[in-house]
Amino acid sequence: MKENNKTYWKGIEQLTNDPEFVKNADKEFPEFASSGSGEEGPSRRDFLKLMGFSLAAASLAACEAPVRKAIPYVNKPVDINPSIPNYYASTFASGGDYASIVVKTREGRPIKVDGNELSSINGKGVSAIVEASVLSLYDKQRLAGPHINGERADWAKLDSEVKSKLASAGAVKIVTNTVISPSTEAALAKFAEAFGGAEIITYDPISNYGITKAAEVSYGAAALPTYQFDKAKVIVSFGADFLGTWISPIEFAKQYAKGRKITKEKPEMSRHYQFESNLSLTGSNADYRTPIKASQSGLAVLALYNAIAKKAGSSTYTAPAVEIANLEKAANELWASRGASLVVSGSNDPNVQVVINAINDLLSNNGVTVDYSKPSYFRKGDDARMNQFVADLNAGRVGGVVFYNCNPAYDFAKGAELAAGIAKAKVSVATNGTMDETASLVQYVAPDHHYLESWNDFNPRKGEYSLSQPTISPLFDTRQAQDSFLTWSGDTTSYYDFLQENWRSSVFGTQSETSNFQEFWDRSLFNGVYSIASESVASSALGDISAAASAIAKAYKADNTGTELVVYTKIGIGNGTFANNPWLQEMSDPISKATWDNYLTVSQKWANDNGLKMFEGATQKAKLTVGDKSVIVPVLVQPGQANGTVGLALGYGRTKAGRVANGVGVNAYELLSLKDGFVNFAVTEGVSVELTSDKYKIAQTQTHQTYMGRDFVVQESILPKYKEDAFAGRYQPKIYKEGEFVKPSKISLWKGHQYSQHHWGLAIDMNSCIGCGACTVACQVENNVAVVGKQEVLNRREMAWIRIDRYYSSDAEVGDNDGLEVAAENPEVVFQPMMCQHCNNAPCETVCPVAATTHSSEGLNQMTYNRCIGTRYCANNCPYKVRRFNWFKYHDNKSFSAVNVAQNDDLGKMVLNPDVTVRARGVIEKCSMCVQRIQSGKLTAKRENRKVQDGEINTACATACPTDAIVFGDMNDPNSKITATLKIQEDTLSATKEVNEERAYHVLEEVNVNPNVWYFTKIRNKDKSEA
Amino acid sequence: MSIKRSLLSVPLRISTLAMVLFLMIGAQAFAAHPDVSDSEEAIAAGKTLFNANCKTCHKLDQKYTGPALRGVTERRTIDWAKNFIKNSSALIASGDAQAVAIYKEFNNLAMPSHTFLSDTDLENLLSYIEYGDKGSSDAEASAGEGSEASSGGSGVPSEYLTIIISVMVVVLLLILIVLGLIISVLTKYLNNQNLDEDEKEFINQKFDFGKILKSDAFVIIVTALVIALVAKTAIDGLYSVGIQQGYAPKQPIAFSHQLHAGQYEIECQYCHTGVELGKSANIPSANICMNCHTHIQNVEGKDGISPEIQKIYNAVENNEPIEWVRIHNLPDLAYFNHAQHVAVGGIDCQTCHGQIQEMEVVHQHSSLTMGWCIDCHRQTNINTAGNEYYDKLVQLHSDSKNALKVKDIGGLECAKCHY
Repeated sequence: MKENNKTYWKGIEQLTNDPEFVKNADKEFPEFASSGSGEEGPSRRDFLKLMGFSLAAASLAACEAPVRKAIPYVNKPVDINPSIPNYYASTFASGGDYASIVVKTREGRPIKVDGNELSSINGKGVSAIVEASVLSLYDKQRLAGPHINGERADWAKLDSEVKSKLASAGAVKIVTNTVISPSTEAALAKFAEAFGGAEIITYDPISNYGITKAAEVSYGAAALPTYQFDKAKVIVSFGADFLGTWISPIEFAKQYAKGRKITKEKPEMSRHYQFESNLSLTGSNADYRTPIKASQSGLAVLALYNAIAKKAGSSTYTAPAVEIANLEKAANELWASRGASLVVSGSNDPNVQVVINAINDLLSNNGVTVDYSKPSYFRKGDDARMNQFVADLNAGRVGGVVFYNCNPAYDFAKGAELAAGIAKAKVSVATNGTMDETASLVQYVAPDHHYLESWNDFNPRKGEYSLSQPTISPLFDTRQAQDSFLTWSGDTTSYYDFLQENWRSSVFGTQSETSNFQEFWDRSLFNGVYSIASESVASSALGDISAAASAIAKAYKADNTGTELVVYTKIGIGNGTFANNPWLQEMSDPISKATWDNYLTVSQKWANDNGLKMFEGATQKAKLTVGDKSVIVPVLVQPGQANGTVGLALGYGRTKAGRVANGVGVNAYELLSLKDGFVNFAVTEGVSVELTSDKYKIAQTQTHQTYMGRDFVVQESILPKYKEDAFAGRYQPKIYKEGEFVKPSKISLWKGHQYSQHHWGLAIDMNSCIGCGACTVACQVENNVAVVGKQEVLNRREMAWIRIDRYYSSDAEVGDNDGLEVAAENPEVVFQPMMCQHCNNAPCETVCPVAATTHSSEGLNQMTYNRCIGTRYCANNCPYKVRRFNWFKYHDNKSFSAVNVAQNDDLGKMVLNPDVTVRARGVIEKCSMCVQRIQSGKLTAKRENRKVQDGEINTACATACPTDAIVFGDMNDPNSKITATLKIQEDTLSATKEVNEERAYHVLEEVNVNPNVWYFTKIRNKDKSEA
Repeated sequence: MSIKRSLLSVPLRISTLAMVLFLMIGAQAFAAHPDVSDSEEAIAAGKTLFNANCKTCHKLDQKYTGPALRGVTERRTIDWAKNFIKNSSALIASGDAQAVAIYKEFNNLAMPSHTFLSDTDLENLLSYIEYGDKGSSDAEASAGEGSEASSGGSGVPSEYLTIIISVMVVVLLLILIVLGLIISVLTKYLNNQNLDEDEKEFINQKFDFGKILKSDAFVIIVTALVIALVAKTAIDGLYSVGIQQGYAPKQPIAFSHQLHAGQYEIECQYCHTGVELGKSANIPSANICMNCHTHIQNVEGKDGISPEIQKIYNAVENNEPIEWVRIHNLPDLAYFNHAQHVAVGGIDCQTCHGQIQEMEVVHQHSSLTMGWCIDCHRQTNINTAGNEYYDKLVQLHSDSKNALKVKDIGGLECAKCHY
């Protein structure tokens, strides 16, 4: 029965079966001293005293109920009904990171962000950062008003001083991240014009200047193309983490998943090759992943070009030869899928990108999967000009500088130089919303609204427009930056009018549906998006690539022996703008499963060579030196890390982000430098790493919640086998009963439930799940899940209701040390979202002494907090380890106020979902399958005298998922998507449904707890010989 | 959910007025546009709509907050009437002379829009306005009186019980006295007989209370009784912790439900707008008060502004909300939704809130304990009529002899209220 011979392991500890690990693996709830003080615990006498007192206090307090007020509106807004949510279409944009969204508000407070289904870019999907952005609105550390030289001032004073000083400053420069808002650009232009043609300098913390510059070389216009990963049968990526952090990851993930969905009827999927140094989210999803050194990456691209050019009969270029596994194979398959393949690179080197363009041209992908005729505007940064600006600033050539919502003192490679130069400008102004690293250096801070308080428009791509609208009145005395620019340029129009006027003159004319502008405006605002259809055209390539090829041959080396640093971004923290958001800090990284830190990722080989033994997050610090700069950073052993390279995440080491992010991790931007005017994210020379004796603990969720070594949690196979047999990779346990082997579900001690109305369930496709973690943050927002902080994560007490289990695999046998070494170098990765499985024969329900966890008539496993007395028997008995215990009162508790801001700050609490209880200390909690949404959906149907329609109720995780990996629905409804997905044919009320989909399985089927959550086997598109 | 009408004074008065009007204006006043249907169904449907949306401000044959409506299709075109009902402010804004005139006549008080009404709805509504409830009010009123009278009914009044008990106590006391007398007479008689010492001692023995007080049996019984009493008081006390049945705090404004809901029969939903929409029934915002209190400035026809009503004006003027004291406090861990109970379940407000229309000061009528919720869920039949949502459940339940109750569809489950 056991078909594959792989061993799955979550961490190196598990793989090596370390005795300490085995001991801890059984303890889901390890006993630790109480958090905080290191003092000895209270004595028994103290305990009794306290108990006596608290009993008396509690009974006294209970006798007299406090007087509670019910305060209605004075004048109730017509659209707002208390307890009924309102939804507004809007747009999230931070620099060029973009998502069209729908904001859920309750009583005028935004509490949840979902994707906008009408958007052709991100659809209903979102990312963790977008989900979490709603908490940033309620950040206490946002500036409460304008500041002059660090002192609170009023707007009139600031306006008059800024106006007069800028007018006389001479040489005014405006520094900004990518602006994708046409009206903002117009406002900026107006401002620039008013101050003698001030120069607007755009840079991006995560620069893609190399791509835009290469487009200029190849096709004559600097732009990002529109990629179509769904149309590609073969995808080759050189270090581009397009599923996680590269350019427009939500969109790419959505497209990618489209090409990866398979059914028995259509057993076809795209094949994905990844060549990279760090193990990225994208790399972990690849069918073939080859770890390569950064110093070879350019040569690898050139080698691929040469291989394809040979087939196409074009000229090839000489370059140092590199031995890169799978490259030849990739070239063959790309050539075979001409016109339906895609090659991308994450490099910021324009020469590499020029060659990438040439490859896509040779493959006739131009105009199909790569479309330069429909440029994207997500990145407009120009590293060279920014570099020049820093030089000008320090040379005293800049009179006035205005930072428009950007933080280059922190997130530009030459941040320190820039920070030193700001004082040399006569006038310095920032519109940043917080007193961050840059804003704290300028004279005038005119804080902008949060995006949920603002009007704006966006043009993320040619022909694609979207709008954002305020969903709450400004919380502070802030002013929209565009309004500031208009005011300073002497224009008294409000930005809202300016925006409308801009749309009337430029966008309104592109449609013919209505001649009434107001109607057009209202419709666009309601939809949130507006598109103009256009045809894809292949852009014609200019000239040859010999210059680029020879530059690559010179710049890259096949035999670099020194250590190389590859700087990357994590999906949660991104470029660091939102680092002060505790939801993002505590979201465990999809790959390393680490929270609250960045760290130097090293290969297993490096660790062995340097005598580093990492165990359950306990590691050592190392001194990382790059050129003349060095930082002390903890080391994390990362399987899949290319030998000779180390990785370090950007976005950490903030000093002035706020109390959540300050001092978390180290700032990797400081280590970056510019190479020929391009920020270089892969440093291949002058890097050294020296292990220190300092001990450190990285808070990983990695080794927690193991399945006690039980196999067949993950079931997977490869495409050729699946084509032969749809049951490929399936583990189908059989149990002997009365002379025959039967399915475990045929034998039960229980009579089984009958669900007369609904039978809710989830179907999770592990082929679509890319592990991005958007669902985990969505769940946290929806269900008021507490943030516990680094120390408590180290104590293995994180509260997440849904986690994404990440399993590495290895072909080697345990004990075969040489074999392990090979496997650890480049493991296969599986992501498995794991939440309460809502078992129909639930083991937790039978052991609760107070019946606090019970089964509902709709298939839900219910958890009743007010009945729970905290025995934790249920958690002990849960085979999936998805129950969480409240070790502390996380709300209104000073010990957690620095991390759990959503439940401690008066302002932070505004983000809580009023329909979900904030749990008290000493109770168990777990996934409820968003019962509040189910109840509300049912009520809507009942009020309208109709049945519940499929799709109108959806869980937070399924809603957020950009790849549709999670399907929620009613398995009793013959017309529901989940019924179709699982191929449930019979119409039965029984809890035990006969599921006919071959790939669908229950995790731990043999114990027959009969969950309502189904998983679909993961199918990799590998050749048979290589699996 | 609606208030049961006190069918004594007000309707009677109105119906008399209606009759008078009827006689005065004569049949011509009721002449309706021929296009208005007089079918029974249309009138019945119209009545429901009228009661739900119009009744608060309009009467058919009498000027009220708004004009008397009967005959509107003769006075105006049907389309005009429909437009006005749907969105009067738009019509007024468009400068329609008739609409503006009405608006002015009624103190610039705009009628809320009813854009949710379909064309058929509007036609039914007009049918009711023209043909509904003609002279039927009389019969209704008398029927009301009848039912009120008959509700006095069975059972022994409590005064009689007291009298019976007092008489019995007197009789028992008399018997005790008589028995005492008999004993003393007998003792005297026996003492006069020749008896030996033992027998005399027996006859004249004194009752020794001290001995009984010190006896084990007595001590045990008394101790047990005391313990039982204390325990009972304590348990009762503990059970009532957090239960505020009867809680009737002083409110910032001496608002009388008796006056508004009882005497003036304003629909509950007129002020508690959320009750059919969502979780909260909503305490009305001051602007809802102002709908009427722009004109009604004092009670009982007095001159000047009532100090209580002045508080509303102050709130509006200073933009400061009125801080009502919350009476019904459920713990945060319990989720209760008004719409489920009122809009879907069809439960009357009075079922949980008591005879609110008789309350001068509102008090908490029910205990609001979980036991109270659960008891009701055990007993209450589900309002399945015409609701497709329940079709499958009704069909599955059709074999059962008992009605489909809330408990049968998971109404006792934890996560229906706790999540």
